[in-house]
Amino acid sequence: MSSTLETTASGLPAEFADLEPFAAWILPTQGERYQRRITVPMDEMQAFYDVAFPRLPDIIEYVNQYELGDLPEPVQQLMYLTFGLIEASFPVEIWRQGRVPDSGAASIDCVVEPGI
Amino acid sequence: MAHFPKPAEGSWTEHYEGLGTGPVNYSDSYDREYWEKEQQAVFMKSWLNVGRVEQLGRKGSYFTREFPWWKRSVIIVKGTDGQIRAFHNVCRHRGNKLVWDDYPGEETCGTVRQFTCKYHAWRFNLDGTNSFVQQEQEFFDIDKDSLGLVPVHCDVWAGFIFINFDKQPAQTLQESMGDLDEGLGGYPFEEFTSTWSWRSNIRANWKLFIDAFAEFYHAPILHQRQSTAEEGAKLAAVGFEGLHYQLFSPHSMTSSWGGMAPPKDPAMVKPMENVLRSGLFGPWDKPGVVDELPPLVNPSGHKAWGVDSFVIFPNFMILVWEPQWYLTYTYWPESESSHVFEAKLYFVPPKTPLDRIRQEYAAAVFKEFAFQDANTLEATQTMIESEVVDTFVLNDQEVLCRAHHATVREHIRAWETDTPVNYPWNAALERDRKKGALAR
Repeated sequence: MSSTLETTASGLPAEFADLEPFAAWILPTQGERYQRRITVPMDEMQAFYDVAFPRLPDIIEYVNQYELGDLPEPVQQLMYLTFGLIEASFPVEIWRQGRVPDSGAASIDCVVEPGI
Repeated sequence: MAHFPKPAEGSWTEHYEGLGTGPVNYSDSYDREYWEKEQQAVFMKSWLNVGRVEQLGRKGSYFTREFPWWKRSVIIVKGTDGQIRAFHNVCRHRGNKLVWDDYPGEETCGTVRQFTCKYHAWRFNLDGTNSFVQQEQEFFDIDKDSLGLVPVHCDVWAGFIFINFDKQPAQTLQESMGDLDEGLGGYPFEEFTSTWSWRSNIRANWKLFIDAFAEFYHAPILHQRQSTAEEGAKLAAVGFEGLHYQLFSPHSMTSSWGGMAPPKDPAMVKPMENVLRSGLFGPWDKPGVVDELPPLVNPSGHKAWGVDSFVIFPNFMILVWEPQWYLTYTYWPESESSHVFEAKLYFVPPKTPLDRIRQEYAAAVFKEFAFQDANTLEATQTMIESEVVDTFVLNDQEVLCRAHHATVREHIRAWETDTPVNYPWNAALERDRKKGALAR
């Protein structure tokens, strides 16, 4: 099935070509996503959120056609991008900044996370 | 006026007569000598959680745990007989660390038929017995049978693996769980195998983080901005009251309301929460794996119940959430002013990609809260260390903080005087038991 999926340059399903400008958020681990979130400017996260959040219902419907654990590569890419949207949503929806306020030098590392 | 009923004595704290209501001295959280006593009197004598049985799927599966602050490294392994055992990670030949990859200080895991030392290829069976000595004939009167791995007491409760460094533990693991064995042990922990694990080095005494998670008095304030503006302001104005507090010394628990999902008004929660139907209290739609709660979960039977936090002495917590998942915290006392914090989240295996996204969201929200909780600790540690103020006042919603510090203190007293542990609030615990208050 995966061979029949048309993809964008970064490997997202073609149906989600509008998310291609945010392909840098396709990151497979929580640690990488958090690092990105605390290093990129707020307006970049806002732009990502503004385009991707309204697409979330479509994303959910699309990925849910597939079996977890047997996701074609482009669907995996879309899942990781969605996880990136989750990470970016906190600065956008509540903090108005990348870091959790007052978190200073604190770090909490995700050392185990389930696959997809 | 209280929103939820308190005990007849007027407060949770006074219910445990002997616990006191006065200001508490916090030198127990920075004094080096006290920290050293804690290690001997508490940590070297207690059952300590090191993981879950699911981490050891097959015979020969193992993982190591590093405790550099105690100069200890332990191998936990499932034998060919299915039994889980623990051994000091020391080769009996010349003391090389037996199991490690690349960096001897880092934890590792895997599956083996037997353990082979990197240095001279001595081999040990999964039950610790010595199975091979390289060039055995070169040694003098060697008795291989006496050169097995040094065991560490190891047992399993409700799927949680515990070890105990004491030569002869005073209690079995099951005995040490006390009222929690019947009260919590029946929760179907084994159903929740989709796991996130977080780790952090915290520049604060281990008890300070237990304090932070043993009270929710802080929640409406410290976490106010995690809610929408209107909801956050409302929660802060109301403050926090627990549904129930219970001591089963040395252990304790608090029961809290919250997380009602879906919310009465969608404007109460963040946009992402509404679309994903998930949040701090987990995915909103329950997986349906919990038929009946064990007796000590939601002990008040309140319909607004959201989460129960169990403090399992000395350094382990289990939080059971109403929407059917759980998490654990472990606090390792690296020094008097720092500790290693571990948090593990356990959900049912997701059935669909959407389930997986919902769990991702819950785990990510957890991290946002944990950052806030961790933030305040370094700030607290440095200021109590200044000794500008030597005692601090604790309110009734902080009864578990008071109890945990007092429990550690009593265990140290008993160890120093070589007398049995005797909590000053023992009479209240007995009264609770007689009344059946420890069983719903």
